Amino acid sequence: MAVTEDRGLADTNIDGVRDSSDVAAEVSSGKLMTEEMILNVGPQHPATHGVFRLLATIDGEVLVDADPIIGYMHRGYEKLVEARDYRQITNLVSRMDWLSGINNEIPLHIALETLMEIEVPPRAQYLRVAMLEMNRIINHLMFFASFGAELGAITPAFYAFREREDIQFALEMATGGRMHFGFFRPGGLKEDVPRGFFAQALKGVRQVIDRLPDYENLLIGNEIFKQRTVNVGVLPTDVAYNYGVSGPIARGSDITFDVRKDEPYLVYDQFDFDVCSAPHGDCFDRFWVLLHEVVESAKIVEQAIEGMPSGPIMGKVPRVVQAPEGEVYVRTENSLGELGMYLVSDGDRRPYRLKIRTPSYNNVSALPYVLKNTFVADMIAILGSFFFVLGDIDR
Amino acid sequence: MPEIALTAWQILIVKVLVILMVVPMGAIVGGYAEHKVMAHLQHRLGPMYPGGFHGWATTLADGIKFLYKEDIIPDAADKRVFSLAPAAIMVPIIMIYLVIPMDESLVIEDLDVGIFYLLAISSVSTIGVLMAGWSSANKYALIGALRSAAQLIAYELPVVLSAAAVAMLAGSLSLVDIVRAQDWMFILWPPGLGLALFLVFVTGAIAEMTRVPFDMPIAESEIITGPFTEYTGMRYIFSHMFAEMGHLIAFGGIGATLFLGGFQPIVPWEPLEVIPGIVWFLLKTFFMIFLFLWIRPTFPRVREDQLQKFAWKFLIPLSLVLILLTGAWVLYV
Repeated sequence: MAVTEDRGLADTNIDGVRDSSDVAAEVSSGKLMTEEMILNVGPQHPATHGVFRLLATIDGEVLVDADPIIGYMHRGYEKLVEARDYRQITNLVSRMDWLSGINNEIPLHIALETLMEIEVPPRAQYLRVAMLEMNRIINHLMFFASFGAELGAITPAFYAFREREDIQFALEMATGGRMHFGFFRPGGLKEDVPRGFFAQALKGVRQVIDRLPDYENLLIGNEIFKQRTVNVGVLPTDVAYNYGVSGPIARGSDITFDVRKDEPYLVYDQFDFDVCSAPHGDCFDRFWVLLHEVVESAKIVEQAIEGMPSGPIMGKVPRVVQAPEGEVYVRTENSLGELGMYLVSDGDRRPYRLKIRTPSYNNVSALPYVLKNTFVADMIAILGSFFFVLGDIDR
Repeated sequence: MPEIALTAWQILIVKVLVILMVVPMGAIVGGYAEHKVMAHLQHRLGPMYPGGFHGWATTLADGIKFLYKEDIIPDAADKRVFSLAPAAIMVPIIMIYLVIPMDESLVIEDLDVGIFYLLAISSVSTIGVLMAGWSSANKYALIGALRSAAQLIAYELPVVLSAAAVAMLAGSLSLVDIVRAQDWMFILWPPGLGLALFLVFVTGAIAEMTRVPFDMPIAESEIITGPFTEYTGMRYIFSHMFAEMGHLIAFGGIGATLFLGGFQPIVPWEPLEVIPGIVWFLLKTFFMIFLFLWIRPTFPRVREDQLQKFAWKFLIPLSLVLILLTGAWVLYV
């Protein structure tokens, strides 16, 4: 990814090594002579959650410049889906953002249902919303865990994983999967949820609501945590707009945009929930938004389960899933931001073209701007607070 | 009991053997304690299987595993320095134990300048860390080593100053005399002042051991393992694991000696004196170690510049003020 901003390396040649005239100028101006060093963070590095490479130019502890290099995990999904029929694609797209698998499936299904003009029964819609939000909670708790760990606080990780487990178990009861659920079908769901699912799900989300204040005390209330995150890695609102940043990161930069609220899909308009946002755009705000979205998601799950209609879980779907000729763009709110799918069909059982707009890809593009002139230790906090999933960037 | 007569050489050999045993054994026990304390603070069980009972043999098994690992020296590394660095780290740490009095007479060498020697030798191992970082030919290692050196310079001062205050209170530099001077532990008496000195000491000690929240030099999520990134097998064990645990136990012992009254009972009460001094000493050392272990899962990591600011702008002025107060206490009370 090319850095569009001024690289700040005007006085250096390409390797970051100054030539003699620069050094002479520096010595005469009385500045201490230092030399910049290129540091490759990644592709194998614990803070990058996968194979993500950051070409960092550092001057002592200061990060002069950072250039994210992506593509180590490119799996060619957009081309691959052109050779697969729709049933198979469902399971492929859930592997893009592996932390919120079920959230990846939904835009494809909505796109198909729009093209095929299938009416999805209300019970299926409610169940979908409940599962999507449970998946979002799992995802957010995962990032809560990893962000703490990156700042050196190891304990929140275990707390978060304990909370995840109950919700994870509920989803496992219904779908049999823990990461890639594959439970949605064009027109509805694979099957109705088993007995005990609602109780387990409610238990899980209520537990999260109960215990969240503890987490806030443990991590957000910690003085060291505040020092590490407040005013670190500020992403101003206009920059966030320009890079197309979305999701919790954009909302941390005072952009109150949430597809669930602004362009409701499924039955999101029937639920009462708030869009969390914070004004400063620093690591702390991003993290705060992430944590508070968990509560909002939990509220939606509660409302969905309490108002769960009875009835069929599958609409009238033809035997062969075959989208008629046409095109449609569907945007949904993935756990990490706006996930859009542009489906072009030529009437075959396979898509003619499926363009996927993933949130992490756009979010990460704002990294060079934020990382400039920070400390090496801040780099980790910023990478952690950008909540990206490698599979979602590279596809 | 028959008197065993030993020549000076034999005594020396026994002493050396004892000291050489303390660190590896302590590392095994300390490593296990760290696993378990952290696990229970985090709502989990920790290792449960190796050895049968609550996974007691975990660290032993770990050690044996590391013995079998290949010893890799990177091509670009400065080979001689790279191989020497673990020793340069370990030897000063082992030498700390020479002067810590475990009981009235159970001390390898009761130096007259014990506390001075202790503070001097406990910072020598940073040279080894620098050697390791510089010779590894790895940028992460280099950053870690430099952070480590900078941190030592900043946090050595509060430790030295608080220890100096203790020496002032006791009126002696010999560790045995310092312990004898503590009818009441220094942490309790002089009231408030002793506790403040203790807290300064603990903070500085944690930073010198490079443990959370001051573990910037080895921050594993940032610079892998800092200076020890390129080390494998036994060299890794010596430079990192044993060094960490050796330091932990040494500082536990130092803290117990300086502030918790070493081998003396916790309160000057006749019936408590039947318990041998070494038991008191070990209890207090374990308490100190537990304190250090407790802090690790509780806090996030402090950033490098914040760490330096904290030392120079807060901790060192504070310890200077405490020195002043201690002087006033010694003079007028």
